[in-house]
Amino acid sequence: MGMTMTQKILAAHAGLDHVEAGQLIEARLDLVLGNDVTTPPAIDVFAKTCACGVFDKSRVAIVPDHFTPNKDIKSADNCKKIREFAREKGIENYYEIGDPQMGVEHVILPENGLVAPGDAIIGADSHTCTYGALGAFATGVGSTDLACAMATGQTWFRVPEAIRFDLTGKFRENVTGKDLILWIIGKIGVDGALYESMEFTGPGVADLSMADRLTICNMAIEAGGKNGIFPVDERTLEYIRTFAPDRYAASSYTAFSADADAEYVSTYQIDLADVPLTVSFPHLPENTHTVGTFEPIEIDQVVIGSCTNGRLEDLREAARFFAGRTVKKGVRCIILPGSQRVWNEALAEGLLKIFVDAHCVVSASTCGPCLGGHMGILAKGERCVSTTNRNFVGRMGHPESEVYLAGVPVAVASAILGRIAGPDEL
Amino acid sequence: MIAKGKVFKYGDNVDTDVIIPARYLNTSVPSELAKHCMEDIDTTFVSRVQPGDILVAGKNFGCGSSREHAPIAIKASGISCVIAPSFARIFYRNAINMGLAILESTEAAEAIQNGDEVSIDFETGTITDVTTGASFQAKPFPAFIRKIIEADGLVGYIATQK
Ligand code: SF4
Repeated sequence: MGMTMTQKILAAHAGLDHVEAGQLIEARLDLVLGNDVTTPPAIDVFAKTCACGVFDKSRVAIVPDHFTPNKDIKSADNCKKIREFAREKGIENYYEIGDPQMGVEHVILPENGLVAPGDAIIGADSHTCTYGALGAFATGVGSTDLACAMATGQTWFRVPEAIRFDLTGKFRENVTGKDLILWIIGKIGVDGALYESMEFTGPGVADLSMADRLTICNMAIEAGGKNGIFPVDERTLEYIRTFAPDRYAASSYTAFSADADAEYVSTYQIDLADVPLTVSFPHLPENTHTVGTFEPIEIDQVVIGSCTNGRLEDLREAARFFAGRTVKKGVRCIILPGSQRVWNEALAEGLLKIFVDAHCVVSASTCGPCLGGHMGILAKGERCVSTTNRNFVGRMGHPESEVYLAGVPVAVASAILGRIAGPDEL
Repeated sequence: MIAKGKVFKYGDNVDTDVIIPARYLNTSVPSELAKHCMEDIDTTFVSRVQPGDILVAGKNFGCGSSREHAPIAIKASGISCVIAPSFARIFYRNAINMGLAILESTEAAEAIQNGDEVSIDFETGTITDVTTGASFQAKPFPAFIRKIIEADGLVGYIATQK
């Protein structure tokens, strides 16, 4: 029996020639990630492991991005704790706010060259699955796993089964990777990929930008998936040549591809031209609707950013629609570039000026309102269109507020028109 | 390693809120959590469960939040193993990391009845319903997972590796 991409990466990291779905293995890790929410409890567990230091100072990343710049005393205490831990243990990839390499964890790790094809990565954050876009195996875990992995550089996995998404064709105009992943979740449900890898293959992949692939893998967890993964192609290599030049030059990465006889629990054939502009209604990502098929829904706020859609490509797309237009009076539009690098490039390209002229507020590179932390919390009864990844009850504020998930073109059109709308209505 | 005990049987999709309701999450002391384990679906569980007893349930056991308190509560209540056709992914990880044995077997989960006496050999993965005489084969744990469970969880295991 052949292996899937994910199974091959896991086998290689477990020192085995072959693994099969359901098998429990112990694997070596290339990178271990924690943030300002999950690292503080992990530090307490780490103390109990009796380890004096982390397994490899260059392979641990700690990113204070959720409640930073610190929103209250408790978050300031948490950030102080992880800052001191990082200093004491000599962790090389600790990013302080304002650092040119700082930003939302899943935006900056690939940008900072910490991810390459064939890597095995865990992070104490459920959206760690984002890095599958680069042909890596990456999945989210809890704080105990983070602590033990920081100590040993290893963890255990149950080798997942896989679902294959065979992509052909090209998107219609203004349809994005976000629409594709929302549409898929709408079809298979929030537990449609429980335990499983979501492997994206087929000729349609070549046309997807790296930003789209990162967005798609980011939301694998919203279908219950263990990881999402793309094959490595020219675009992937171009990406790591840009962002991980040392590893590219040293060829210290491995492009795994699935065997022809790899086993999949199911295979979906998707013509990208069939994917519509999609919005997930409250309060589950699977609650999808096609733009233009529902009664007008008036909104109070739009959020553009997060680890799902806070990359430079997303901001360019937003600026394309905002240029010469303004946010509807009575609606607030908050833009959070995903990293300092994105912020700076958006500044250099004149995108931020377009946003400000369009009456948007441009915020710091932080998670902020995505998880209802700060910088854009919703009041009772308010509605928000957001490019983030979760619309659970109370995710962005009051339990009686509502979050509608969408891609950037729909979010911008909605901000301009004051109701959920597609860009063709502009 | 052998577990033996009486079976408590529940249905599909037992979620982490049922295993340990959020209102008790202001502590992470195992014995405190154990006092409220399963109380929203079975108020008698806590008073009846004996050390070594076995929990048998339907599919997707442990779905919901990533709280590590759920496997801690089950383990501290005295349960030696949970048998189900499938487990929610994060619960599965957390259970092993907290040293709670779990086995996947659709046949065993269906056939074993509430109150049966069951014994489990973790080395071979054999589940025996002592009451009916039927036996079932689950995939045994590899040695390192057995060691994690024997060491009372991942933290203990790592300490033994030093
Ligand atoms: S941007 Fe949102 S989803 Fe992404 S890491 Fe931050 S809180 Fe989590």
